[in-house]
Amino acid sequence: MQKLYLLVPLAPLAGAAIAGLLGWLVGRAVSHWVTIIGVAVSFLASVLIFQDVMAGHTYNGSVYTWLTMGDTRLEIGFLIDRLTTLMMLVVTFVSLMVHIYTIGYMQEDPGYQRFFSYISLFTFSMLMLVMSNNFVQLFFGWEAVGLVSYLLIGFWFTRESAIYANLKAFLVNRVGDFGFLLGIGLVLAYFGSLDYATVFARAPEMANHTISLIGGQTWPLLTVICILLFVGAMGKSAQFPLHVWLPDSMEGPTPISALIHAATMVTAGIFMVARMSPLFELSETALSLVMVIGAITALFMGFLGVIQNDIKRVVAYSTLSQLGYMTVALGASAYPVAIFHLMTHAFFKALLFLAAGSVIIGMHHNQDIRHMGGLRKYMPITWITSLIGSLALIGTPFLAGFYSKDSIIEAVGLSHLPGSGFAYFAVVAGVFVTAFYSFRMYFLVFHGTERFREHLGHGHHGHDDHGHGHGGEPHESPWVVTFPLVMLAIPSALIGYIAIEPLMVGDYFQSAIHIAGSHPAVEELGKEFHGAGAMALHAVTTLPFWLAAAGVGLSWFFYLKRTDIPGKIQARFSVIYTILDRKYGFDEFNDWFFAGGARMLGRSLWKGGDVAVIDNFFVNGTARLVGRISGWARYFQSGYIFHYAFAMIIGVFVLMTLFVKG
Amino acid sequence: MNAGLPLLSLVIWVPIAAGVAVLATGSDRNAGLARVLALIGAVAGLVVSLPLYTQFDAAQAGMQFVEISPWIETFKITYHLGVDGISMLFILLTSFTTVLVVLAGWKVIEKRVAQYMAAFLIMSGLMNGVFAALDGILFYVFWEAMLIPMFLAIGVWGGPNRVYAAVKFFLYTLLGSLLMLVAFIYLYSKSGTFEILDFHRLPLSMTEQVLIFFAFFMAFAVKVPMWPVHTWLPDAHVEAPTGGSVVLAAIMLKVGAYGFLRFSLPIAPDASHALSGFIITLSLIAVVYIGLVALVQADMKKLIAYSSISHMGFVTLGIFIFNTYGLEGALVQMVSHGFISAAMFLCVGVLYDRMHSRQIADYGGVANRMPIFAAFFMLFAMANSGLPATSGFVGEFMVIMGSIKANFWYAFLAATTLIFGAAYTLWMVKRVVFGAVANEHVEQLKDISPREFLVLGLLAVAVLGMGLYPLPFTEVMHQSVSNLLSHVAQSKI
Repeated sequence: MQKLYLLVPLAPLAGAAIAGLLGWLVGRAVSHWVTIIGVAVSFLASVLIFQDVMAGHTYNGSVYTWLTMGDTRLEIGFLIDRLTTLMMLVVTFVSLMVHIYTIGYMQEDPGYQRFFSYISLFTFSMLMLVMSNNFVQLFFGWEAVGLVSYLLIGFWFTRESAIYANLKAFLVNRVGDFGFLLGIGLVLAYFGSLDYATVFARAPEMANHTISLIGGQTWPLLTVICILLFVGAMGKSAQFPLHVWLPDSMEGPTPISALIHAATMVTAGIFMVARMSPLFELSETALSLVMVIGAITALFMGFLGVIQNDIKRVVAYSTLSQLGYMTVALGASAYPVAIFHLMTHAFFKALLFLAAGSVIIGMHHNQDIRHMGGLRKYMPITWITSLIGSLALIGTPFLAGFYSKDSIIEAVGLSHLPGSGFAYFAVVAGVFVTAFYSFRMYFLVFHGTERFREHLGHGHHGHDDHGHGHGGEPHESPWVVTFPLVMLAIPSALIGYIAIEPLMVGDYFQSAIHIAGSHPAVEELGKEFHGAGAMALHAVTTLPFWLAAAGVGLSWFFYLKRTDIPGKIQARFSVIYTILDRKYGFDEFNDWFFAGGARMLGRSLWKGGDVAVIDNFFVNGTARLVGRISGWARYFQSGYIFHYAFAMIIGVFVLMTLFVKG
Repeated sequence: MNAGLPLLSLVIWVPIAAGVAVLATGSDRNAGLARVLALIGAVAGLVVSLPLYTQFDAAQAGMQFVEISPWIETFKITYHLGVDGISMLFILLTSFTTVLVVLAGWKVIEKRVAQYMAAFLIMSGLMNGVFAALDGILFYVFWEAMLIPMFLAIGVWGGPNRVYAAVKFFLYTLLGSLLMLVAFIYLYSKSGTFEILDFHRLPLSMTEQVLIFFAFFMAFAVKVPMWPVHTWLPDAHVEAPTGGSVVLAAIMLKVGAYGFLRFSLPIAPDASHALSGFIITLSLIAVVYIGLVALVQADMKKLIAYSSISHMGFVTLGIFIFNTYGLEGALVQMVSHGFISAAMFLCVGVLYDRMHSRQIADYGGVANRMPIFAAFFMLFAMANSGLPATSGFVGEFMVIMGSIKANFWYAFLAATTLIFGAAYTLWMVKRVVFGAVANEHVEQLKDISPREFLVLGLLAVAVLGMGLYPLPFTEVMHQSVSNLLSHVAQSKI
């Protein structure tokens, strides 16, 4: 088994190395085959490992010693339990689908091999992250996925907007990592180890430990640690206020938006908090913060989705909002539910992104949904799969998103932490918003009047560019594109129905997730659960269902029935529209305050400190002073005899005067 | 264990002898011969230094490969060499870097080839001498002597403002060193010997320790360089030829930090403890202030020079928090910075050789024309930003882990480098490497030659190897570091 564990991350790494280093030599087909085979091997191995873990064989062991610092050993190793194996399946499956899809999507891109190399490298990094049994390797995977995300957002590196977005993504993530690393540092300083098992075992005895940070004020140690770790999660999982990088990341090619910026990497923060549940369970302050941040993200990022016209950006804001839902669930101590939503979301959001990519291909890289309409006739597979994905997203009973989202709402309702009232309001209201913007996009793209004829072949060049010819009717994409759509639509529809029972009453996660007795939300959910079918039927009588239906109805009314209304609303409430259009002003503020401020500070320290004070005043000033003194001294050595003679006479006079007087 | 060979003498004198031989080839008519001889000398220097690692006994804390013979008996000055887990890695780093410098200057240096190569070979031997010397005067001689070839390298093969830079470099470091000589003489008068290891055991009052500490501090802080005595470095780097910048950043800065470890801490432990707050403050200023200054540099070499200062702030921080993580982290950071700064300056050198400009604004879209170079540059930039799996992460990580034990806010300020380091490095990468082809000069760029590929490839292996498996680097230093820490923990008063 242990060799199999190694195979899981190493197979994609080998693929990435071959495609990346030898891609120029072996060509396109070999590059995509070798990476696809690598990920497929990894997926199959994950399936075997899943079966093995379900049979009760968890594993926690080291591969090699990475570093010793004094007596502290830091190892690279694997922890294979039920949480890990679930993540492995999700990551490798979605990655495999995206690899296949890429053959069609990147077909004519000159960076074809490079792209395959990057996405395989990403798969490797993400697997190292989820399979880790310690904080160092977690951080390694954490930063490595950030690196690949940076490389892929800037994949089309000649575009100013892309290389702006990737720098921004990396730096905002680094702000999160800054907190994350300090959290890891505190763990090492107080627990003396970075191994999960050791740390988690010692966590209860640290529960009453306090540290003083500012002045004499003391803080519970675990609260500080958990908040710092969560800052890392805020960066990676794009939680308010570190969410700003995710919408811009849409500059990257669509397959990576699906894989990295929807299904896997951005959920790393959620995974991390769930993995750290033995720590978070000991700090209600941290849990409260997690819940409030998640709630803000879930609701307010949803609003922004309402006014977006770029097909990828609508999905991006929906991703932000759904990540908020997962975070809220973490705050409510409903870690299994958060991971459940992570899984369902991975399927239906990857599906929605890939479908958006298919639409973009079909529309010859026009990404503006106002220029689409009626595409269901031309792209039937994309249409049906999109519909399934959208229905799953808004929480239609029996579909995947319903089970996970409804469980989140229930769990938040059962929480009693400070902030849970607001969080409950946010996740319930969010249902309406989600339904509204999702179906706004769906209707504008697939139904209604066919508006593309006025826009095809000219005007707006989309953000995606893969070298297709212009002109002509929209068309369905090739099978390499539609096959992954179908493969993702199946779990988007069914996985919730299948997985809810083991998660709710079956104690699927067992010891992988720890929930304190004082946080009974998940336990209560389990008691109320009477089967997946009953849950779906019962939902018809609850508020979220009708909110979702209202959202769909309203968007139908606005965007299919009375298409004049949105424009009027926009004109009537132009202030609100402007606020939303400028994304609450975060980008402007960050550019002005942080980026501009740092540059200004740097310039004044340089010109004022280094150049003016240190160099000109002290260093060159000393040199000048020496120069001036030696200038004076030079007068005494003029070389003229009469000067010396004159000085001698004066000297004799002075001496004589002194002598006579004395 | 020493296999009979005086290994440390070899690592000092083989490169110097090779340098003299290269000088003998004379004028540029024999440039080809000079290059080949220089390469042979540099590789020989590396080969004789390898047994220092392979035959090193990691279980031992004291000096190994010791050679001792009388030199100036009147003053009990001896030719005394030896290395421990603290100094050994730097000799390897020096010998390795010298090979790179010879390769990097192969084509680029066309005038006075023999003299150029000889300067770097001799410098290599002298720097090895600094790391191996166990006698105060011997150390001082190597310390001052290594300035001369560097002064010449900048002054002869440097840029337009080379004379100002060379003189600034020379005076700055010389003035600092003179006080160190005074300290040595004082220690001699107290102990009657110039043996460094005897200095370690010499009891000293607090006043004496503080004075000695400051005398050493002046010498070492300038070399590191610590804020605020750092301003010679950006000028020196900007004007120095690529090889000069590489040696300066990779090795010469390290001798300052090495000095703290070999002299300040063990000779004046009480003063070191008492003044640690002062040094830590300067180090943290270096990390934050210099990080911000690096952000706004328009000249690539200046940017990397400032980034070096900021990274060296981690070294002094790690040393003066007095715990294992910090001290080993400082050593790892020194070695890693040797690889990364060398790589960064070589990358700028590759661009400069083609475009004759160091201004970021003159570039843009280099990746379109030089994809292989861009990949290397990206890797080294990420290493410079401290990305895990590169060597840049290991040292920073260890120092941050160490400083959080000492004080949360030290770690907080130090960890800002995660943000600033990435900001200044990647912003430069964005403006130089990415984007559309900026102008016709960039349009005509040619990708790296096999020789350049070899140089950057060697460094890439070093940077990744040390990032993925740093254990072999720290294993050899544990005993010496814990020995040093326990020595420093005992009062001398």
